Amino acid sequence: MAESNDVIKPVLTKKLDEFFSGLAKAFRFVKRFFQEVWFPPYEFREILRQCYEIGYRSLPLISLTGFIIGIVFTNQSRPSLAEFGAASWLPALISIAVVRALGPLVTALIASGKVGSSIGAEIGSMNVTEQIDAMEVSAINPFKYLVITRTLAATFMIPVLVMYTDFVALMGSFLSVNANELVSMSTFFVQVFEAISFLDIFSSVIKSLIFGFTIGIVGCYKGYNSSRGTEGVGQAANSAVVMSMFLIFVEELLIMQIVNAIRYA
Amino acid sequence: MHNDQEKVVEIRGLVKSFGDNHVLKGVDLDLYKGENLVVLGKSGSGKSVLIKLMVSLLKQDEGTIKIFGIDTAGLNLKELNKFRLRIGFSFQASALYDSMTVRENLEFPLVRNVKNLTKKEIDKRIEELLDAVALPKTINQMPSELSGGQKKRIGIARTLILNPEIMLYDEPTAGLDPVTCIEINNLINEVRERFKTSSIVITHDLTCAKQTGDRMAVLIEGQFNSVGTFEKVFEEATDQQVKSFYDYNFIK
Ligand SMILES: Nc1ncnc2c1ncn2[C@@H]1O[C@H](COP(=O)(O)OP(=O)(O)O)[C@@H](O)[C@H]1O
Ligand SMILES: [Mg+2]
Repeated sequence: MAESNDVIKPVLTKKLDEFFSGLAKAFRFVKRFFQEVWFPPYEFREILRQCYEIGYRSLPLISLTGFIIGIVFTNQSRPSLAEFGAASWLPALISIAVVRALGPLVTALIASGKVGSSIGAEIGSMNVTEQIDAMEVSAINPFKYLVITRTLAATFMIPVLVMYTDFVALMGSFLSVNANELVSMSTFFVQVFEAISFLDIFSSVIKSLIFGFTIGIVGCYKGYNSSRGTEGVGQAANSAVVMSMFLIFVEELLIMQIVNAIRYA
Repeated sequence: MHNDQEKVVEIRGLVKSFGDNHVLKGVDLDLYKGENLVVLGKSGSGKSVLIKLMVSLLKQDEGTIKIFGIDTAGLNLKELNKFRLRIGFSFQASALYDSMTVRENLEFPLVRNVKNLTKKEIDKRIEELLDAVALPKTINQMPSELSGGQKKRIGIARTLILNPEIMLYDEPTAGLDPVTCIEINNLINEVRERFKTSSIVITHDLTCAKQTGDRMAVLIEGQFNSVGTFEKVFEEATDQQVKSFYDYNFIK
């Protein structure tokens, strides 16, 4: 018994050690972002290029997913509402669901997969092939050029993509409502906008900014700290997706609590 | 022979470990102005670690590194960056930026470190360097379109664009065919003539060592045991490990 204890204890403390030093390292990375983001050079060109990449990469999948979610969610909700004779509330229900929850969440999850993984893989492979070291020795700050640009681009682009997803999902929903309840587009959108408040829009934007920041910084962190060797690149991409999805769910939960506290205060 | 010459690098008692992996255990090394010093050693002996310490990509545990008479440990980031521009580092895997063309690869360090260059001056400088490495036609190609030897050359051109006084070559001939190896060795010698650099060439290839090196230093067990001319180090070698290194590499 004593023997197995001796074996378990070092393993456990080692794991805990690793966990906490990993946490400290991640914290330092985020801290460095906030320390360096304010000072030049600002690398506007690289930020723009990254914004374009992010939009370009996620647009097709987001369009498709948003549209389908709009249609499916409408069709699935219709019977329940109809049961209470409230099918006319469909636009309002969809509007609330899409703007408050589905739009930001779906966009962020898709972007984690598309954008987070590609940032992780790109920076990871630059790390493995010593491109980051090469910048460093030619007096170029790789953190500024790679991490800050990509994180800012993701932070700005996710809210834009979220608005786009909201719009596409509502269009999908409109097609279904229009076909079944014979509601015109103007009536549909009047109902949609009546259902949501300023707080909904505001919290959706804030939430999207936070999701975007998370996707960017996690992708960069995983890439920047990837282990050397080719398998490090795949690992960086993979763990960037897992980590950012996990954080996005946690953030969603926390933000929802806060917003509801404000809403019903 | 070197007593009258200026030392550009002076390393004393350099120690570096990664956890339990004691890589460098008290390294002393001098580099004289204008010479090519070859550092030999088995794979994993700490050759790359040594030159990474010299440009502060890694931090030493103990010991001092003085380059141009400056102790690198005492530099703040701004001073370090200024100091780094005086040293060229040619990476083992070339480390070309793979999202940029050859031209952009060369332009990137130049425009970020030398302010107020006109477009014409930039173009001229890039042309000059591509000429120096004999690859003017690759200017608009992506790194993925280049061969291993071409990548090495472009990597060297990119390093030279800031006019370094010291060149550090990390295994410049690794993974290349023998003919290309000789071309790269010639390039290293040409660079010294043309750009007046002092160089450290890391290799485990004795042909490269013999062709490019004025002096050899063999890194064994984290220390330099024998330093001197090729003949002195190998033909008079008494150390068993130096000897076996020689026998292993050379087909007599
Ligand atoms: N950043 C690092 N972290 C941990 N260990 C390292 C690091 N860099 C090098 N090492 C270790 O140091 C030793 C020497 O590596 P290196 O200098 O790359 O060898 P080489 O002589 O082949 O260039 C190896 O055992 C390597 O695993
Ligand atoms: Mg090496």
